[in-house]
Amino acid sequence: MKLHELFNELNWDNLTPDVSLDKDVEGVYCGDLLSWVMGNGLPNQVWITVQGHMNIIAVAGLREFSCIVIADNASIEDTVLQKATEEGIPVFASHLPVFESAKLLIEKGV
Amino acid sequence: MNSVIHEKYTVAQDDFANAGKASSHIKEHLKEIGVDPQVLRRIAVACYESEINLIIHAYGGDINMDVFDDGSIQLVFKDKGPGIDDIEKAMTPGFSTASEKARSMGFGAGMGLPNIKRVSDEFDIQSSPEGTTITLLFRESK
Repeated sequence: MKLHELFNELNWDNLTPDVSLDKDVEGVYCGDLLSWVMGNGLPNQVWITVQGHMNIIAVAGLREFSCIVIADNASIEDTVLQKATEEGIPVFASHLPVFESAKLLIEKGV
Repeated sequence: MNSVIHEKYTVAQDDFANAGKASSHIKEHLKEIGVDPQVLRRIAVACYESEINLIIHAYGGDINMDVFDDGSIQLVFKDKGPGIDDIEKAMTPGFSTASEKARSMGFGAGMGLPNIKRVSDEFDIQSSPEGTTITLLFRESK
């Protein structure tokens, strides 16, 4: 599944509209402990987290995640979104908690 | 073994804003020279964790990367102290001495050193109050 196909069906805010969504999606990873996410995440997963600081961009880039979803209306700084845009990492905001966000992705076929 | 590529990066204490920068550069460079994606991912995990350790736990330090003529890749992380009191404890999954600030950012899971050892083909750690040196070696397959 491609990221643009998935997010066309979701009512989530695209916080990095200039970043291409032509990416493969192969699963979901949920986590806020960065070492845990680094150690266990897999390439092309959608990463759902409530962390909104700069270090999530490095983790997503190094781990080759398909995108980052900031769940539960957690805050994210503009400088982080600028960095995400520079690095070509899509960031979405979900108003749902982590579990419901992941559940919705499963319902959409991820 | 002769080193055919050598790079050095300096990482500053508490420089959270640039955390992961050196690891990203190293990964990009190794990708350009055609390192196997699976090996690259292992290097990315180990390098990021070690870089974060320099920022969170040490008074800063250096990362030295060498690519040898047999294709193996060595990463050496050398910091300026304060050293690790009990290495065995530090290697235990879940054990962490990270500050509240680091924990609030999602660090301090106590998985750094265990992750680094798990993904490396060779792992060596030496520590004294003057500093800690971690030497990692990666080969094409594991």
